[in-house]
Amino acid sequence: MDEKLKNELSKQGIFTTTLQNLYNWGRTNSIWPLNFGLACCAIEMIATTMARYDMARFGAEVFRPSPRQADLMIVAGTVTKKMAPLVVRLYNQMPEPKYVISMGACAISGGPFKQGYNVLKGIDRFIPVDIYIPGCPPRPEALLDAFMELQKKIDEQTLTGEKRPRHLNAGEPSEFVVPRYGAHDLEPTKNPNLWKAPLVQISQAGTDESGSH
Amino acid sequence: MSTATHPTAHFDLQPTDGPGKEQLLELSMGPQHPSTHGVFRMKVVLDGERVVRLKPVFGYLHRNHEKIAESETYLGSMPYTDRLDYMCSITNNWAYALAVEKLAGIQVPERAEYLRVITGELTRLQNHACLIGFLMQDMGSSGTPLMYAFREREKILDLFESLTGARMMCNYMRFGGCRVDLPAGWLDQAKKVVADFPRFLDEYEQLLVSNEILMDRTQDVGVLSRELAVSAGISGPMARASGVDYDIRKVDRYSIYDRFTFRVPLGSHGDVYDRFMVRLLEMRESVSILEQAMRDIPSGPIVDPKMKIRGFRPKPGEAYGRIEAPKGELGFYLVSDGSPNPYRYRVRPPSLINLTVLEDLCVGRNVADIVAILGSIDIVLGEVDR
Repeated sequence: MDEKLKNELSKQGIFTTTLQNLYNWGRTNSIWPLNFGLACCAIEMIATTMARYDMARFGAEVFRPSPRQADLMIVAGTVTKKMAPLVVRLYNQMPEPKYVISMGACAISGGPFKQGYNVLKGIDRFIPVDIYIPGCPPRPEALLDAFMELQKKIDEQTLTGEKRPRHLNAGEPSEFVVPRYGAHDLEPTKNPNLWKAPLVQISQAGTDESGSH
Repeated sequence: MSTATHPTAHFDLQPTDGPGKEQLLELSMGPQHPSTHGVFRMKVVLDGERVVRLKPVFGYLHRNHEKIAESETYLGSMPYTDRLDYMCSITNNWAYALAVEKLAGIQVPERAEYLRVITGELTRLQNHACLIGFLMQDMGSSGTPLMYAFREREKILDLFESLTGARMMCNYMRFGGCRVDLPAGWLDQAKKVVADFPRFLDEYEQLLVSNEILMDRTQDVGVLSRELAVSAGISGPMARASGVDYDIRKVDRYSIYDRFTFRVPLGSHGDVYDRFMVRLLEMRESVSILEQAMRDIPSGPIVDPKMKIRGFRPKPGEAYGRIEAPKGELGFYLVSDGSPNPYRYRVRPPSLINLTVLEDLCVGRNVADIVAILGSIDIVLGEVDR
């Protein structure tokens, strides 16, 4: 729509918008997180909702205990191998479009407990993560920042075309595989469609002279 | 011993027809449950609304703390202790430092002892304030008490942050002292926070103590008898609410607690209300300890100058150090074989041991009472599962 005409109309008390903008405006300003804390980061998540940091300013103070009513999962804390299937199941139960914030070092990579035998080395092995916040635990300001980043991300999404949310693409799964407790580890240990081990590139030319330098 | 990662099978109870033809229902509460204080699961068997059996399922936050500590140096485990009971990192540091000091025979300078008492009691204030807030939140008073508690907590966390650099994971204690000395103006600011704290307590008491709904929900609920508290090894405010006069600050007189005058509040009924009241009164005593400590703090070194951190290898032996953490008796048991890493590292977590009586407290009560009882035990899953 012509910007000039839009301005002219707004002077006369007529508000024009697109369905796209209206839809995104609604979505970005009423993100309901899942009431779900795992470990230390959950306390900082609670602190973020309290008076000093006041997440209500972003329309996100409504923490829902049921995944069916939530748009956002904040994975706040260490995901152990015993807990991982339940986290994935909760994610699967959330309605689309849904987003994930991976809060803190543990949820990103296992953090300080990475060497532990019972700790999952990052929740992104099983569910797609939108925003990562480093820190142990991240400050409430960091969570708010992640929140604003998520709002930007949602605001940039369109209903059709290239920038549409993940779930609108044909062939994208809406549910992810829930790992089982295996004999020694989770089965599978990762979702291969979602997460691939970062490979160190070794050039073929370099292999011959590797000993000489 | 099996190496399987399957969770232990506890019991499989199908709905059955008992002798009275009543139908039993098995309910799984958690691990994602708004009122389980983290990832804790309870298998509850119900007869109507009444709890017949309750089995806790642990381990959803088992982070291998003890095993990791066996491959870390002694000091390397200090940041991990922060993450045990993540509401009160400083008291965790303190218990661990005390155990290592016992093991290696290290003396602590006087100023460092005062710093430990001041930071430790501040930790107790914020833990108890938040616990009461969470308890009220669990029982449905959504928001207000918890918001008041977090308002006060932020003030204390500001103090911790300017002293240690971190809000929650303070990593403040060192073997033979503390890591950093007080920054300029810290003590005045702390005095102001402590002087203001009784106002918050008055507000809290006015709001809660004689609240009829609160009394209805908590009095005579989850009664823990004195005998059971003693035989189950319950410690901390939970034992004192049942009338057990056992406060390690008085029993062991560790650190410099013999220099302060403070009282130990005791309950007489051992119900949820008493546990709540004991914590409320304990905060008043902590305020009094803080006032005395901040008045008397001497100047001097904050760490034993003979203590060397690098290449720290205590002589072979074993030691158990314990303190009165906000949740109860927090102890660390260490076995040294003369190497830089502990041979065995064991935590005595007050949350876990206080949780063992959960079934005894809940059987015969309604489902809604489980939440209040669990809240009054004051668990933090980082410490329960380690």
